[in-house]
Amino acid sequence: MEKVIAGATINVNEEGYLTDFSQWNKQIGTDLAQEADITMTPRHWEVIDYLQSEFKKEVPLSIRKIGKSGVVDIKEFYQLFPMAPLKTASKIAGIPKPVSCI
Amino acid sequence: MKRIIILGAGTAGTMMANHLQHHLTHGSWEIDIIDEREEHHYQPGYLFLPFDIYEPEDITKPIRDFIPRGVNLINEQIDRIVPQEQYVSMKNGDRLHYDLLIIATGAKIAPEETEGMLGKEWQKSVFDFYTFEGSLALRNKLREWEGGKLVVHITEMPIKCPVAPLEFAFLADSYFKHKNLRDKVDITFVTPLSGAFTKPKATNALQHLLDEKHIKIESDFAIESIDNENKTIIDYGGRVVPFDLLVTVPTNKGDELIARSGMGDDLNYVPTHKATLQSKDWPNIFVLGDATDIAASKAGSVAHFEAEILTDNILRFIAGEPLKEEFDGHANCFVETGNGKALLIDFNYTHEPVEGTFPFPGVGPLRLLKESRINHMGKLAFRWIYWNMLLKGTHIPFVSTTMQEAGKSFD
Repeated sequence: MEKVIAGATINVNEEGYLTDFSQWNKQIGTDLAQEADITMTPRHWEVIDYLQSEFKKEVPLSIRKIGKSGVVDIKEFYQLFPMAPLKTASKIAGIPKPVSCI
Repeated sequence: MKRIIILGAGTAGTMMANHLQHHLTHGSWEIDIIDEREEHHYQPGYLFLPFDIYEPEDITKPIRDFIPRGVNLINEQIDRIVPQEQYVSMKNGDRLHYDLLIIATGAKIAPEETEGMLGKEWQKSVFDFYTFEGSLALRNKLREWEGGKLVVHITEMPIKCPVAPLEFAFLADSYFKHKNLRDKVDITFVTPLSGAFTKPKATNALQHLLDEKHIKIESDFAIESIDNENKTIIDYGGRVVPFDLLVTVPTNKGDELIARSGMGDDLNYVPTHKATLQSKDWPNIFVLGDATDIAASKAGSVAHFEAEILTDNILRFIAGEPLKEEFDGHANCFVETGNGKALLIDFNYTHEPVEGTFPFPGVGPLRLLKESRINHMGKLAFRWIYWNMLLKGTHIPFVSTTMQEAGKSFD
């Protein structure tokens, strides 16, 4: 479905994740963060940059991997993106919802 | 004579020994299987042991009984694999050269990964049911427990048999009802996932059952530590869940042997090609069962389907033919829902579990994603099938190796 945000039209799935990463820009990220009651800081962007670069390398993300990334520890990751940090941060980063292996 | 070595005589390794012995009888290949243990455990039985549904002797048998004649069982500890030089180094100093290696070393719990899990409450009020010892200790605890807050908890994914913790919660509901204790027991299911399961349709069906059985759910819970003094589990976001009895599924990891050999990812799973089951790093090494890093369930049914495909691929590899990219992630799991009922799910890499009939499209007799007594009978019958057919590599009649789409209601 389409969604208008930050003066642009983006395509999102029913849970609000961007379906086309190429539509993403920093302003869209900022506005998506606001919808989750998060005000972006340089520290937030460092984490988002990391998630996006892993996504581009097609590396599946998990809380454990992020904790060991050296970019952010799990505790701080939760402080930056409360409740479900990996899902919230992925949404802001414009990348798909992380799939848990089953 | 050339040599195939299979590491691990659990479900996957034992099935491979039987398949290969059957197909490679002409004396040009020696087949060895290595496991340090003496006993084979029917791991699905760990779910039933705590509730006095199975006895220990129902779920353990000697490994030797399931290894076919013509295959050497080596009952020794493995130190490491040296893939560059194609040998397995044993703890006793032996070096066993291989031409083809099959890794089936499984996965096991790593409670030490979570702070406080192995604290003073371990096996007093904090239990696992993914080991024989844990499951038995929990049985003894449940026999005398008089009620309180029961928390059923998953530490992190992936875990073996991802539905087992839910089944545990369902069976606990039923167990305490029969003991006339249900009103004294408060059951909470705590999961790192966003809901009861990872796939949407099954999550809906299972959430409905949780509601019906008055089991609360705490989702998106990433545990940081267990507080042994106050008997609580705490997540990274600061959420606290109190317990009187915690039944947890600790982090699951591949065998330490994989780490010692430098062949695994951060959880000691071996990078494996998801359709051929060949190691991504070494062409003459194949991996199946819980030891792989592929995004399929860590379950016996998956190992069974993998074993059929891997046998074909190993025969092709030996003949110098290209491998078939056939494995589709097929899993087929009974989900015990308590009170003598179960539901059945059948899915693969690309198709989530949906409603339908199994194994005969439109007929059944088993029903997918719906509770029924016959599904429960299926689960109980499965123990016999496991010991008498599955381990021996006998094809299960009517159940196809790759998932069939007929008889299912996809949108």
